[in-house]
Amino acid sequence: MPAAKEIAVLGAGMHPWGKWGRNFVEYGLAAARAALADAGLSWPDIQYVAGADTIRNGYPGFIAGATFAQALGWSGARISSCYAACASGAQAINNARAQILAGLCDVALVVGADAAPKGFFKPVGGDRPDDPDWLRFRLLGATNPIYFALSARRRMAVHGATLDDFAAVKVKNARHGLANPNARYRKEVTAEDVAESAVVADPLRLLDICATSDGGAALVLSSMDFARRHGAGDPVRIPALSTVTPTFPKTVLDLPDFATDSAMTVPEPERPFRSAVAHAAYEEAGIGPEDLSLAEVYDLSTALELDWYEDIGLCEVGGAEELLRSGATALGGRIPVNPSGGLASFGEAIPAQAIAQVCELTWQLRGQAEGRQVENARAGIAVNQGLFGHGSAIITVR
Amino acid sequence: MKERRPAVDGWFTTDAGDVRLLGTRCTSCGTPYFPRNELACRNPGCAGPKDGSELEEYALSNRGTIWSYADARYKPPPPYVSADPFVPYTIAAVELTEERIVVLGQTVPGVGVTDLEVGMEVELTTGTLFEDDEAEYTVWMWRPCARG
Repeated sequence: MPAAKEIAVLGAGMHPWGKWGRNFVEYGLAAARAALADAGLSWPDIQYVAGADTIRNGYPGFIAGATFAQALGWSGARISSCYAACASGAQAINNARAQILAGLCDVALVVGADAAPKGFFKPVGGDRPDDPDWLRFRLLGATNPIYFALSARRRMAVHGATLDDFAAVKVKNARHGLANPNARYRKEVTAEDVAESAVVADPLRLLDICATSDGGAALVLSSMDFARRHGAGDPVRIPALSTVTPTFPKTVLDLPDFATDSAMTVPEPERPFRSAVAHAAYEEAGIGPEDLSLAEVYDLSTALELDWYEDIGLCEVGGAEELLRSGATALGGRIPVNPSGGLASFGEAIPAQAIAQVCELTWQLRGQAEGRQVENARAGIAVNQGLFGHGSAIITVR
Repeated sequence: MKERRPAVDGWFTTDAGDVRLLGTRCTSCGTPYFPRNELACRNPGCAGPKDGSELEEYALSNRGTIWSYADARYKPPPPYVSADPFVPYTIAAVELTEERIVVLGQTVPGVGVTDLEVGMEVELTTGTLFEDDEAEYTVWMWRPCARG
């Protein structure tokens, strides 16, 4: 184990997900205070603040690190702000981690929060005919659910996934989220409910696709030395965080692509993007999928959760349906996936989501995930994919 | 009859009655790109100058097989220009056999998800994306190849 490269998670905190209609700063502030309280630290103890940006809340969202630092009260801490689409939270964690591992600070606060608009995500404003994210709406009407539906249909054709499998993912995650006080939806969902919900982008229905939510999440991270001095003898640790790019040629369509790279002149990479992101984290942590107790994966759609099973090595390619049907990925199974309830129960609060995943891993590894606890959880992975080639995998152990 | 104009300039051509997507191709390593890439070849292993001089305009082949497909049942947000009332549309991701590149496009009106299958052969055509008082704005679209 490359122990020298570990950092400690001293505190985790969240503002519940929902559609609260308030300013995103309020959610971030609540999450930050909860994480500080959980860590037993006060705000002036924090030497570094990493903010994960939101692009849908005006200028304060673009400089989230400063926005949260101001809300907590200017303290002279060093700060950063970063945006990486759905991986923004992971990038913020990585910024703090790099500062800690480089010895530039001992203890850091990571905060992400969002207030999401209603309905489809649309490109940020203005006519921008040289921006692929604008053009995909203009020339194709390719909304995010269209891309999710293309992947889902592909999975049905190639691996024999059925609409029942997709519904089963939703039913499982809804059940997991029932007891999670931070989840937005805490209601049992049946396969019939899924089947009766409106088709948004065939083959996916409304209940197959994650909503957009308001929410905030925060972590207090520190060096292992600081954790010991602070009296945290056996903290949850982060031994790996991967943010690798795809490798050329990228042959799987992602948002907001019009087309893949061509595989005519260069052979396809050994690992497609999502699998490469996870693999790099396993290599860095020195553990493999067989060592995991649980996983939090980015279920933007029910079908995408099945792709993740393969991408993070829980089963062979094409084996996800069987793994799901066996019950292995439900609480009580061999490798519970999304015990938090996942995006199915939360909806996506973009810059907060990857941080929320690590909050869940932290509570699971501490044995504090009341009502959804994975037995004897020792290691977990949280994975995520954003736009334009951003993605992340974070491994936590205890 | 209204004038027909491309909804975007330089992305496809209908010259000679043949509909082709217009991209670029690296003269050094041969990699084709769509949409056009004029900045630098993106193949990390390419030994070309990578200053854009290696990229020339290239008309992609216009047949392929369906990689996947989906439809839109709800009106998308702008900048998509929706008819009123909204007309659902279908999008196919098509792997061009020659270039081994998967390209998205709407399917022609009247071709929906029940008419499509993964692996089905399709070809490129054009169709109206939206219209205003002055013109119909066209875009590339996929249609199933004639049988037989």
